[in-house]
Amino acid sequence: MIFGVTRIVNFAHGSFYMLGAYLAWTLVTNLPRGHLGFWGGVLAAALIVGVLGVLIEVLLLRRIYKAPELFQLLATFGVVLIVQDLALLTWGPQDLLGPRAPGLRGATEVLGVRFPLYELFLIAVGPVMLGLLWLLFHRTRWGTLVRAATADREMVGALGVNQRMLFTTVFFLGSVLAGLGGALQLPRESVNLQMDLAIIAEAFVVVVVGGLGSLPGAFLAALLIGQMQAFGILIFPKITLVLAFLVMAVVLVVRPHGLLGRAPSSAHAAQVVEPPLEATPGWGRILLLALLALAILVPPFLGDFALIVFTEIAIMVLFAASLHFIMGPGGMASFGHAAYFGLGAYGAGLLVKHLAAPMEVGLLAAPFAAGLAGFVFGWFCVRLSGVYAAMLTLAFAQIAWSAAFQWVEITGGDNGILGVWPSAWAQPKLVFYYLSLVLCVAATLLLRRAIFAPFGYALRAGRDSPLRAEAIGMDGFHIRWAAFTLAAVAAGIAGGLFAYSKGSVFPTYMAIPRSVDALLMVLLGGVQTISGPIVGALAYTWIHEQLMRLFELWRLFLGAVILLLVLFFPQGLAGVARRRA
Amino acid sequence: MLEVSGLHAHYGRAHILHGVSFLAREGEVVALLGRNGAGKSTTMKAVMGLVRPSAGSVRFQGEEVAGREPFSIARRGLGYVPEERRIFSELTVAENLEVGRRPAPDGMASWTPARVAALFPSLGAMMARPGGRMSGGEQQMLTIARTLMGNPRLILLDEPSEGLAPVIVERMAEAVLQLKREGLTVLLSEQNLHFARLVSDRALVLEKGVIRWEGTMEALMADEAVRAAYLTV
Ligand SMILES: Nc1ncnc2c1ncn2[C@@H]1O[C@H](COP(=O)(O)OP(=O)(O)OP(=O)(O)O)[C@@H](O)[C@H]1O
Ligand SMILES: [Mg+2]
Repeated sequence: MIFGVTRIVNFAHGSFYMLGAYLAWTLVTNLPRGHLGFWGGVLAAALIVGVLGVLIEVLLLRRIYKAPELFQLLATFGVVLIVQDLALLTWGPQDLLGPRAPGLRGATEVLGVRFPLYELFLIAVGPVMLGLLWLLFHRTRWGTLVRAATADREMVGALGVNQRMLFTTVFFLGSVLAGLGGALQLPRESVNLQMDLAIIAEAFVVVVVGGLGSLPGAFLAALLIGQMQAFGILIFPKITLVLAFLVMAVVLVVRPHGLLGRAPSSAHAAQVVEPPLEATPGWGRILLLALLALAILVPPFLGDFALIVFTEIAIMVLFAASLHFIMGPGGMASFGHAAYFGLGAYGAGLLVKHLAAPMEVGLLAAPFAAGLAGFVFGWFCVRLSGVYAAMLTLAFAQIAWSAAFQWVEITGGDNGILGVWPSAWAQPKLVFYYLSLVLCVAATLLLRRAIFAPFGYALRAGRDSPLRAEAIGMDGFHIRWAAFTLAAVAAGIAGGLFAYSKGSVFPTYMAIPRSVDALLMVLLGGVQTISGPIVGALAYTWIHEQLMRLFELWRLFLGAVILLLVLFFPQGLAGVARRRA
Repeated sequence: MLEVSGLHAHYGRAHILHGVSFLAREGEVVALLGRNGAGKSTTMKAVMGLVRPSAGSVRFQGEEVAGREPFSIARRGLGYVPEERRIFSELTVAENLEVGRRPAPDGMASWTPARVAALFPSLGAMMARPGGRMSGGEQQMLTIARTLMGNPRLILLDEPSEGLAPVIVERMAEAVLQLKREGLTVLLSEQNLHFARLVSDRALVLEKGVIRWEGTMEALMADEAVRAAYLTV
């Protein structure tokens, strides 16, 4: 519902779900026992979440409805980080167990198997909700307006409907339902701080598979994916996590807008062409050269800890530059760029673990593994645009992450791969730092060259007016595909270096937060500036380091930084500096 | 009724309207003419607030509306009928009309689905049909009907004859004249001079975002030079 009307991909929806569960726990355990206490608590929790949703809509989202999709994704991710730390503060780190539902404690026999009553109840709640929502959408004026706005919200406004009220009410109802979903989990599962990202990744898959903005589609997709997971565990217990994302990839290839979805009528939104990418102004070049000189001259005087930070910054500059390459000139949003970073790291780590390969071989394998994945995934991703592309890149990253996480025999699962150390000559931190610096600067410069080579111009032409670019004989698809693969290769180099600098590889290298790190670096620097990713990587790594060091609640602060960035510096730091100049 | 002066508009960095000024009096049908890309649709969008004017003023019934949001401009009695029609294709005809419905200002007879069906008889027979399953002409009627349901005092009618068969164009002209008889003011954007001539009192000729000529419809038809310079291809 929320996506359909507001077109915002709302990460915070997972937080609403988690808050619904936590609030229900607090209410139900404090209210008198019995029907009223339990069901009253569950409903009250859902309503409170609805009110929180309205607050977030009014205070945050209203200001960014017109912003690019990625800013919206990031802003709502900022909310996720803030809610995580607030929930940690309020309810503590331990899992909480709720009471069972009064009147539904027992079990019954279904086809000779004992089946908990509460689960039966939940199975009924889904279709009943769908029915109620259907009535709401088809039998009330409000519902008619919501459906019209899902198709063309600007036109609805031109007909005199106050979209603000519509958005806020939709957001309220959507948040109430998310809160209710969380609250209803109380008798089944423990309440914990991982509920938000776990459910949101699945919810995205369900919504994208069903067709963004289609309620029956979402229901159908939820059934399909639920069944896949339920039966998948019998057949492929190792890849249950991967299954949902595979379904999504298949559906999106066959039906790019989901099972019951339609192409968004974005043709109506006044499209603003990106201003031309400007070469870094003269003083900016001097600044960058000065930074490089510092990066070369200062390290011999630094201690080990500072060298590690410097190495990481060099790696992050390349990682950010690789994402910038597809986002800025390519105009393609990737929400799963960490996949290629992580696959680079695993490419090296696996060779070390299974073949005891030396670092030189590992560092060669890293871009190769990432590039291969970029080549395969890219073929799917570059066909889509906007949110759909962002969601598909996210899905592929989740596939890679799940494989690393679940395929314990090969990857070591959650324990990761340890002992990924550089060869003897590169063991000293200073040597490894210079190695990283040389490789990262060289790769970043190559990406920069590509942007101003004919290839880069073709890429930008395809971004700004795909039809015209095709008409003059440019093959947009292959150009974007090549760019995607190239970006993956570069991210792979960064990932490989990162593995050797840390001495280990973990699934978290490919998790959502790392993809968000990359996006933040690029956005912090400004998408449409050449020096952006470099400035962004420096600033972000520094801010991150400081926050982690100074504050227990660094997520809270990071979330706040993200919100400030999105609200006040949509052009990024380099963009701001340029406007001043 | 509608007084536009010095209107400028941009898409991104592209400067499209360069100080458009004109007047539409109550009960008049005014045609905004010009070739493809002259800025007719942009003028209407800027009046409606769909494109934010970068300078200039739009006064409607004496009140400044430039810079207001589209919904609030619509609520003041300006109706917009887009060139691309923008029917809600999943919604039925009746639901499309419902989206446009707004209470009439005091003393004005309210538009109802029945009254709309009297103006466009073919709509009456297909109230339950989804908007996506209608012919181009039917969709054009629905998009006008939908806007009428908001009981506007003035409608911005963007190329209603585009892509329609000659018979339907004639019928559309009759409908516009009927609306004029009922006291509605109409600002019409057209490329079809024949259609514009059937319904309009006055004409404005737009080229590259500037009004080049303005006068009665008869004067325009008499002035071969102006038509050759700005209208015929
Ligand atoms: N969304 C947009 N983004 C950028 N430029 C636009 C956009 N819409 C229109 N333009 C440009 O603005 C100019 C005026 O367009 P407009 O649609 O107002 O013309 P028009 O007179 O209505 O033409 P037509 O008769 O073809 O409908 C054109 O040069 C067009 O290319
Ligand atoms: Mg037009």
